[in-house]
Amino acid sequence: MGLLPLLLRGAPKRFLRASGSYRSLYESNSRRRRHGTDAAAADQAVNSRADHRPDDQMLDFPGAKAAFTSRMEFISPNAAEAVPCFRILDDLGRALDGSDIPEVDSSLAVKMYHTMVRLQTFDSIFYEAQRQGRISFYLTNIGEEALNVASAAALTKDDVVFPQYREHGVLMWRGFTLDEFANQCFSNEAGHGKGRQMPIHYGSEKLNYFTISSPIATQLPHAVGAAYGLKMDRKNACAVTYFGDGGSSEGDFHAACNFAAVLEAPVLFVCRNNGYAISTPACEQYKGDGIVVRGRGYGMTSIRVDGNDALAVFKAVSAARKLAVEQSKPVLIEAMTYRVGHHSTSDDSTKYRSGEEIAHWRSVRDPVLRFRRWLESNAWWSVEDEKELRGAARKEVISAMNQAEKKNKPPLSELFTDVYDTLPRNLLEQEATLRDTVSKNPPSLAPH
Amino acid sequence: MAAAAMAQKVLVPCSSSSSCGKVQFSPSRVHTQAIAFGGELSQSSSRKNKSLALKAVAGETSAPVTAKSGHEILLFDALREGLEEEMARDPTVCVMGEDVGHYGGSYKVTKGLAEKFGDLRVLDTPICENSFTGMGIGAAMTGLRTVVEGMNMGFLLLAYNQISNNAGMLHYTSGGQFKIPVVIRGPGGVGKQLGAEHSQRLESYFQSVPGLQMVACSTPYNAKGLMKAAIRSDNPVILYEHVLLYNLKERIPDEEYVLCLEEAELVRPGKDITILTYSRMRHFVLQAAKTLVERGYDPEIIDIRSLKPFDLFTIGNSIKKTHKVLIVEECMRTGGIGASLRAAIVDNFWDFLDGRPECLSSQDVPTPYAATLEDATVVQPAQIIVKVEQMLQGLI
Repeated sequence: MGLLPLLLRGAPKRFLRASGSYRSLYESNSRRRRHGTDAAAADQAVNSRADHRPDDQMLDFPGAKAAFTSRMEFISPNAAEAVPCFRILDDLGRALDGSDIPEVDSSLAVKMYHTMVRLQTFDSIFYEAQRQGRISFYLTNIGEEALNVASAAALTKDDVVFPQYREHGVLMWRGFTLDEFANQCFSNEAGHGKGRQMPIHYGSEKLNYFTISSPIATQLPHAVGAAYGLKMDRKNACAVTYFGDGGSSEGDFHAACNFAAVLEAPVLFVCRNNGYAISTPACEQYKGDGIVVRGRGYGMTSIRVDGNDALAVFKAVSAARKLAVEQSKPVLIEAMTYRVGHHSTSDDSTKYRSGEEIAHWRSVRDPVLRFRRWLESNAWWSVEDEKELRGAARKEVISAMNQAEKKNKPPLSELFTDVYDTLPRNLLEQEATLRDTVSKNPPSLAPH
Repeated sequence: MAAAAMAQKVLVPCSSSSSCGKVQFSPSRVHTQAIAFGGELSQSSSRKNKSLALKAVAGETSAPVTAKSGHEILLFDALREGLEEEMARDPTVCVMGEDVGHYGGSYKVTKGLAEKFGDLRVLDTPICENSFTGMGIGAAMTGLRTVVEGMNMGFLLLAYNQISNNAGMLHYTSGGQFKIPVVIRGPGGVGKQLGAEHSQRLESYFQSVPGLQMVACSTPYNAKGLMKAAIRSDNPVILYEHVLLYNLKERIPDEEYVLCLEEAELVRPGKDITILTYSRMRHFVLQAAKTLVERGYDPEIIDIRSLKPFDLFTIGNSIKKTHKVLIVEECMRTGGIGASLRAAIVDNFWDFLDGRPECLSSQDVPTPYAATLEDATVVQPAQIIVKVEQMLQGLI
């Protein structure tokens, strides 16, 4: 090593002709080139290096630290086996042999189940409401209830959530009430968003759930930024962000993952690989082994988990959170699941997948039912409980819907507020002109 | 809508390739209404004896046209027809975007094309707008004619880098060696409660980029003609469709026609005031015109169609006649097409104006979702009526 600094200080080119590696070493330090007295020392350094056996020579390019090989071997596009998927319960809700059940007591488990059922009920009723024209748009979480709720249950209230749009269960777990959900969907004046966003674009500063923005994957860099802030403040919290298999194709995914790894930001990237991005199936979205393998590409810890197994999700997210917060490192979690519903009310997925496939995943592979079976096996849940909960949930959701529908829409005074912190001159003018127009125009000339 | 859109003859673009700086008319290209209008202007004395205009929209052509000629079509289908014809005519034309292939496109503009031309020429891409726009540009530079579809224009903001730095620039920076015959299209504008991110007016943001051409369609007739012209153009063209106009129905010619990218469309000839508009606002202006005509006004309505460059020839001729101009647009007040058009009018036609050029635009706010708020954000026909009356009564 003593001679290496001499080499690094640079030497005239004629002494460093041996091979490409030396040349690049020299070139990278060319601005520190010296002549004359170092030449002999450099010569000696080259010769002593050449004394080493080829196998002992280590790659010391700035870009990587690896051993050399004389066999040209391309890395195949996919490993011999796909990354295995972690699960605790089988499809029938029975604990697999040798599995390590996480600490989920009856009250936590029942609370999780309550939330899943409430989410499922809310989704089906509001989807129908859109079909009846009571709201203009809706998007369901059907098939991903376990992933939503179990991942949320593994987090704390201080962890900041950056959702895509199919994570209503996370918000529901945190305490967003059915009224609050309904108010947002009906864009009435009681909604936190002041009627400014489409239905399901929830947001709650109080619950650390950042307002949903439709464009795909834009929330991923946001999460990294938030994590960076948490790290700076040394908070016992991490950022958590959700996205789908389609979202992983966006440039923002790459940028966010790379940044999180390089900057060592405490952020959890939770990919809901539900098999479809509107009509694009996963096999047309990527050619690699899903999203989990990319973690290694970024130098990020990663895991693949059965997203329809509430216990596995709970355990994996808990462990990931611990790693992120304690070691300030990002973690990539690929949760395999299935999008049972259509992409949204603007989509009819029977156009690109069979009704049988949908029916199978809706019934036999329902994650809520699977969890329920596990609860029942522990004698924490019964048929009567089920009937009571389903009835109560339905009533509560319908009541929230009816209440929200009756409320007024936001007044025109809320059209110009919050664009900035205070109203600038041009907006004051526009508001004045608008009020003038509205007051002068009889209803018959009002727009359709 | 306008049955007068039926041309008698085949229309051809004014130049076969890149934009002409000045629009050149040939007799076959002018709508028959324009011919009628040209005749009246030469007889100024007839103006007093002329009865009030009765129709808000341009009327039927005088030449006999059987009811069966042409075919009725919805706007999205007209776009599809234009695209299909160009793909059949030229094997280098291909489409790329999200869900354009087997799904047929989110607004069905590419329906059936993947089955007909194969899924390589109608390519489903993963979700990465910057990437597939860049891909389209690269393919165009190496000999293909790509049509890039943004599922919503707003998503093309992700591709702004590619569109501005590459599509707009490379022909220039390469010294003319590489051309980029790409068409970037998709639905934009304020829809019905689609939320702020899906209600962007990208023409506002892109109008400044040198090297790009921009056109906005508003009827099935001009949609098909502009689609074909855009594909044949060697320049990068952005074709703005409006999310709420896809189901507009009109009878269009059976025979092939291609419109001129740089030309504005005279929708309704008039004498009192020039109203310049485009896209969805054209239909709001026509709606307002019904009331205005009832009240005895005679507005001249021009659908500018070409957002970059402006057809100052058509616009100027109109202003020279009416001396008053109102722009009705969906862009926001700050920095929109209206702002630029006003500047261009003041620069070029100052001497012909009786008063300042007026402009009705959307509010400078992100488009809110709640219906009442959203309606208040964009211009409504009632406002157009009030404004025109104020201008014609000399109140402003």
